[in-house]
Parts: sequence; C-alpha cells; structure tokens
Amino acid sequence: MSSASKKERPVYISVSPFEFAFPFTALASIAHRITGVLLFLGIGYLLWLLSVALESEAGFAQATSALAAPFAKLVLWGVLSMLIYHILAGVKHMFLDFHVGDTFQAATSATYAVVGLSVLLALATGAWLW
Amino acid sequence: MVTNVTSLTRSGLSDFVIQRVSAAVLTLYTLCVVGFFLATPEMTHAKLLAYFGSTPMLLFSTLMVLSTAAHAWIGMWTVGTDYIRDHYFGKHSTSFRMVYQAGCATILFVYVAWALKLFWSL
Repeated sequence: MSSASKKERPVYISVSPFEFAFPFTALASIAHRITGVLLFLGIGYLLWLLSVALESEAGFAQATSALAAPFAKLVLWGVLSMLIYHILAGVKHMFLDFHVGDTFQAATSATYAVVGLSVLLALATGAWLW
Repeated sequence: MVTNVTSLTRSGLSDFVIQRVSAAVLTLYTLCVVGFFLATPEMTHAKLLAYFGSTPMLLFSTLMVLSTAAHAWIGMWTVGTDYIRDHYFGKHSTSFRMVYQAGCATILFVYVAWALKLFWSL
C-alpha cells in the first residue's frame, strides 16, 4: 500500500441536527426552505381565494365572508408572512450568488436584516388584514 | 457531470438559473399585486376583475403561473433529493422519492391547468 493511504483519514462524525446548536444563519436558511415547502401548498389557497373572488359578485362576497372568519384570516396571514420571508431571504440569496456581501460578517448582518424586515412586514400585513 | 432524470433540465446549472429567473418573476408579480391591493382600499369584484382581466396582467399572470411551476418543481426536487434518500429512508428511498415527485407533479399540474383556465376565461 502506498503511504498516502496509510495517512490518517478524515473521520466522519455523524451528528444529529438535535445534538448541536444551529447558528442563526443556518436557522434562517432552513426557514427559507420550510417556507418554500409550505408555500407549495399555500399557493393553492391563494389561487382558490382568487378564483372564487374573480368568479362573480356572489363569489367575491363569498371570499370576503370566508376571510372574515378568524381562522381563515390567520391562514391567509400565515401564507402571506411566509411569502414575505421567502422572497426577502431569496433576494438576499441572489445577492450572495452575485458575491455581493458574501463575507461572513456581511451575510450575518444581512440575515438579521431579512428576519427583522420580515417580522415588521408580517406585522404590517396583520394590521392590514385585521 | 451528474445528471438526474427528475431534475427540471437534467443540468444543475440550468436549474440554478431557472430557479433564479423564475424567482425574480414571482417577486415582481407579488409586488404588482400587493401594490394593486394597497392602492385599492375599497376592493370590489369589478375592480378585481378589471385588474386581472387586463391584457398586461393576463400575460404577466401566465408568466407567473409558468414560473411558479418551474420554481416549485426545482425547489421540491431539491428538498426531495436532499431528504428522501437511503440514509434516512432505507433502501426503498428511490421508490418513495418517485411517489413524492409524482405527487408534486400532480399538484403542480392541477395548479397550472386551474390557474390558466381561471386567467384566460376572465
């Protein structure tokens, strides 16, 4: 055997995601993914609402009254909030793709900005809905 | 080069670009619709119909629907191939992933057909 193969090989450490604390940026990245998957279903809800509202005057009234229910309003708020986060995190991702602000410090700050702005816009959306 | 029959274009680079172009389209579409809702405090059926029924919005909505399909397919493919694999799902993971992807494709097909019918019959 060659000496190269006798060298100490890298050790694969199997770590469960539950065994260590994720950095904030990692949580933000996972949230981008989770909101994406949930939006895959949420987009159907938005499409249904729009189709009912566009159908006729009666349909518009039906969509309006459906959204008067607290639960439906909460679901819509949830979908819109996830959309806000997914878009903002996506915009940040695109900047990183173009190597804008892709240093550790800048990317971390940008992540805090994305989360902060998302919370503000989600609150504003809630205020607009209620 | 690694190719995969179930990725959108069998090329990671093409998928990467399509994912981002469609994201830009979807972001712009969202901004337009949000802008319309914010500019129209007293929403009525007639106003909604006039907005979505206009030719520019009809074209933009069509682009949005196609972008959604591409964007969601690439995204769900990425998630599926990341998690539905032998390490987590055992030796039948490929079968599970095919079922998962068939489910995604079915839902997206329903979205596309439904949305195009909706917008083009306004």
